[in-house]
Amino acid sequence: MDYARSDRAGFVALKILVAGGFGVGKTTLVGAVSEIRPLRTEEAMTTAGVGVDRIEGIESKSTTTVAMDFGRISLREDLALYLFGTPGQDRFWFLWDELAQGALGAIVLADTRRLADCFPAVDYFERREVPFLIAVNHFDRARRFEAEHVAHALDLDPDTPVISCDARERASVKEVLIALVEHAGRRHAGRATASAAG
Amino acid sequence: MTDRASWYDEQAGPLVRLYALTRGRARPSPVLLDLLSLVTAEGDPARDPMLSPEQAAVLTLCRIRPRSVADLAADLDLPLGVTRVILTDLLDYGHIRVTRPVRPTALPDERLLQEVIDGLRAL
Repeated sequence: MDYARSDRAGFVALKILVAGGFGVGKTTLVGAVSEIRPLRTEEAMTTAGVGVDRIEGIESKSTTTVAMDFGRISLREDLALYLFGTPGQDRFWFLWDELAQGALGAIVLADTRRLADCFPAVDYFERREVPFLIAVNHFDRARRFEAEHVAHALDLDPDTPVISCDARERASVKEVLIALVEHAGRRHAGRATASAAG
Repeated sequence: MTDRASWYDEQAGPLVRLYALTRGRARPSPVLLDLLSLVTAEGDPARDPMLSPEQAAVLTLCRIRPRSVADLAADLDLPLGVTRVILTDLLDYGHIRVTRPVRPTALPDERLLQEVIDGLRAL
């Protein structure tokens, strides 16, 4: 039987995360391939503000709202990709756990001028074993892109893809998504082989 | 970014009123915790005058085909937590059916991923 139609709802929804530093173009990327909508969530402020905002004196308010970028790409009636832009500020890290759970993979959007901004995301996805790739967003088309330099600077595993993209261009973002799905497929196949052998 | 006052007033403020929609409750059904859990309408909203406008809106949105929890929150323009509590009530009343999403770890099927790739190319 066709796997895509075999689950009870007859509908497969796959989740892809879009991470990266503040202002690197996550919203632009999600908007380039999907109808983007804000998705709001509430979080306990005592958690959300730890280490960032002083909250003395306002303990009576216990929640705040965090907005994420959220886009849906309908591939077929019964198959859709969901893109979730992770909140840029470090204080919302804890939200990632909910987002990362069950994710097919993640795009870490990078700006070569501020590569260090990717460290938290790279670290996070490596630890959780979420398949991810680095997509270098070209703000300036003339600038040379060196995948090896980026891979070295970020201390990536050798099989982690590093590709370039223009987050404003639909065709370019499509290629990033395809590369990610291919990478996730290889990772899942690798795991299946490893568990069969071990 | 360190503008404490605006972060607190504009964003935290409306939540007090939003939770009036859920009659103060905040504990959703576990099946609804996943952003991609799929909601399918079972009931006809027109036949239950006790439904709140938000509950009726959910049933209308999920009638033709299932919608994810994330889709519904965005459609209703409500925070996820509030949306989940509204859905929990509908689930308790038997007005909706909720199915968990397929996990990628349970997707050894290369064919599905190939379908995704083909679908993306065709966009």
